[in-house]
Amino acid sequence: MTAHRLRSIIWKEFIQMRRDRATLAMMLGIPVIQLLAFGFAIRMDVRHLPMAVYDESRTQESRELIQKLQATDNFDVTRHVDSYAAANRLIDRGTVRAAIVIPVDYARRIKRGRPSTAQMLVDASDPNTSQNAIAAAQLVGQRKNIEVLTALSRAPVRMETPPVEIRVRPLYNPALKSAIFIVPGIIGLILSVTMLMITSMSVVREREQGTLEQLIVTPITRGEIMIGKIAPYVLVGYVQLTAVLTLGHLIFQMPIRGSLLVVYAVTFLFITANLGLGLFVSTLAKTQTQSMQGSYFFFLPNVLLSGFMFPREGMPHVAREVGLLFPLTYYIQILRGVLLKGATFFDVLPQTGMLLLLALVFFGFSVKRFQKRLG
Amino acid sequence: MPESFPGAEPVVLVRSITRRFGRIVAVDDVSFEIFPGEIFGILGPNGSGKTTTIRILCGLFEPTSGSARVAGVDVVQDPDAVKSRIGYMSQAFGLYRDLTIEENLRFYAGVYGLENDWRERVRWAIQAMHIIGQPNQLAGTLSGGIKQRLALACALLHRPPVVFLDEPTAGVDPAARRLFWNIIRGLADKGTTMIVTTHYMDEAEKFDRLAFLSRGKLKAVGTPAEVKRSFGAGQSLEDIFIAIQEKEEP
Repeated sequence: MTAHRLRSIIWKEFIQMRRDRATLAMMLGIPVIQLLAFGFAIRMDVRHLPMAVYDESRTQESRELIQKLQATDNFDVTRHVDSYAAANRLIDRGTVRAAIVIPVDYARRIKRGRPSTAQMLVDASDPNTSQNAIAAAQLVGQRKNIEVLTALSRAPVRMETPPVEIRVRPLYNPALKSAIFIVPGIIGLILSVTMLMITSMSVVREREQGTLEQLIVTPITRGEIMIGKIAPYVLVGYVQLTAVLTLGHLIFQMPIRGSLLVVYAVTFLFITANLGLGLFVSTLAKTQTQSMQGSYFFFLPNVLLSGFMFPREGMPHVAREVGLLFPLTYYIQILRGVLLKGATFFDVLPQTGMLLLLALVFFGFSVKRFQKRLG
Repeated sequence: MPESFPGAEPVVLVRSITRRFGRIVAVDDVSFEIFPGEIFGILGPNGSGKTTTIRILCGLFEPTSGSARVAGVDVVQDPDAVKSRIGYMSQAFGLYRDLTIEENLRFYAGVYGLENDWRERVRWAIQAMHIIGQPNQLAGTLSGGIKQRLALACALLHRPPVVFLDEPTAGVDPAARRLFWNIIRGLADKGTTMIVTTHYMDEAEKFDRLAFLSRGKLKAVGTPAEVKRSFGAGQSLEDIFIAIQEKEEP
C-alpha cells in the first residue's frame, strides 16, 4: 500500500463528490432538513387538539370545566355546536379531534352532590394522539371530583380522596419534548443513509461505467481502492454528526450531558458497520438503481425496528429479536444514553460491544466479498 | 513476421494456457509469442476466448494450466508485478466522465505511481494523442474519438513496454479510427508492443502478426499473409473468419 496511490484515489473521490451537486446537497442538506422536519413535526406528546364544545348546561360550572380542559394545553376550543350529531359530524370530518358534551343537568347534579356526567368524544384513530388527550381529560375529571367532595363535606375528605397519589417526575427530559428524543435517532438515520446508500452507489457507479475494470489492471491494490473510496464518506459522516449535534443543541436545546469523545468514538464503529452493509449491497448490485433498491432493503427495517420512532418495548418478540441485528438499535441506545442521560463509556459498554461485533462481522464479510468480486 | 525478428527475445510468451470456468473451456491449450515493437492482433468472434486470454496476460485470471510471461514477469507466479509494466485500455475506456481531461490523466498518473514527472507526462500525452479540447473539459462531454485517445493516453503515462487494447475502435468514426491506427503505429515503431483484440476484419491488415481464436482454440498465428496462405489462397481474412465460424457453429 503506498500513500501516493491512496492519495490519488481519495483526491479523485473528493472531486467527484464536489461535481455531483445533487448528492452533495443530499449529504449536507438532508441532515439539516430532517432535523428540522422531525424535530418540529414529530410530536409524540400531542397538544392543542382542536375541540368542539356542546354545552347544554350553560352554567358557571360547565364553563369552568371547559376552561380547565383548555388549561391542560391538550385542547383548544375551536367550535361551538348545538347538537350531539353536529359534534359527531365535526369529528368525522376531522375538523376537530375531540368534543366535550355537557348535559343540561350537569351543574344541578353537582350542586346536589349527585354523580354528574360530561362526555368526552375523542378521535382515537391515531392512538398516540388520543392517549394523551384521554389521560388529560380523566385527570381534569378526577380533580373536579376531589374538589366537589371536599366542598360538600366542608372539610378535607379523607376516605374518598385516593389514599395514594403517585407523582410522576419525568427524568432527563422533564418537558417531555419529542425533539430531544428524536435528535440522536436522526444522527443514526442520516449516517445510515450516507454509509449505506451513497457509498454503495459510488462503488456501483465505478462498475457500471467500467472504471473499476480499468482500476484492477493498474498497480493499485484492492485494499487501496476500498479505503480510498470509503475514507471520504467517513469524513462526510463526521461532518453530518457534528452538524446535527450542533443544530440539535442550538435549536432544540438537546442536552449534551455525557462525553462527546465517547459519541465520536462509538460513531466510528457505527460507520464501519454500515459501510459493511453498503459494500455488501455494492457487491450484489449491477446498476445504481439496483444498489438504491438494495439499500432500502436494509435501510427500512433498520429505521422501523431500531427504536428510532417506535419503542422496541412495544414490539412483538420476533421483531425485537430481528432489531438486535441492526447497528442502529445499539447506536441509538448509546447516543440517547450518553447525550440525554450523561451515561459514561462504561454504562454503554454492552451496546458498544455489540456494535463492535456487528462492525467486525459486517465489514469483514463484505470486504472479503468485495475483494473477490473485483477479480 | 517471425523472420523479421531474428534472435529477438519475445516480450510475451504464452505456453499452452488453458482456462476452464466450470465445464466450459474458455481458452484451450493456446501458445504464441509476441516480439517487441509488434502490433499483434487477437481476432475471433464473440466468446472465442479473446478477453479471457488478455485477462490472463494482465494477471487478472489464473490459467487452469500453462504458463505465460509478459515483459519479463511470470504472470502466473506474480500476477501483481505485471500490472506496473503493462498498459490496458478497455472497450468501456475506463474514464471518469465527471473528471476533466487533465484530472483523468492526473489520476491515472497517480495510480501508476508517477510522482515528480506527472505534469510532463500529462503534457506529452495530450500532445502525442491529439487530445483536442480544453484540459478542463469533462471527459463525459468528449467525442468518441477523443475519449478513445484519452483512454489510450491514460494507459501510456507510465511508459509501459506492453499495451493491451481490448476492442479499442468499437463505436468510433472512420476518421478517428485512422488517426488512432496512425498513433498505434507510431508507438510500435518506437518499440512499444501493442496487443489488440478486434472483430473488425478490415483492421486485420494493420497487424504485423495476428492470432486467430475460435471457441477457445488457436486456429492460426502469423502475419496476415501467412494466415491467409494457411487457409488456402485467394481468400480474404473476412472469408476465412466467417468460414471458421460457420464450421464451428453449424
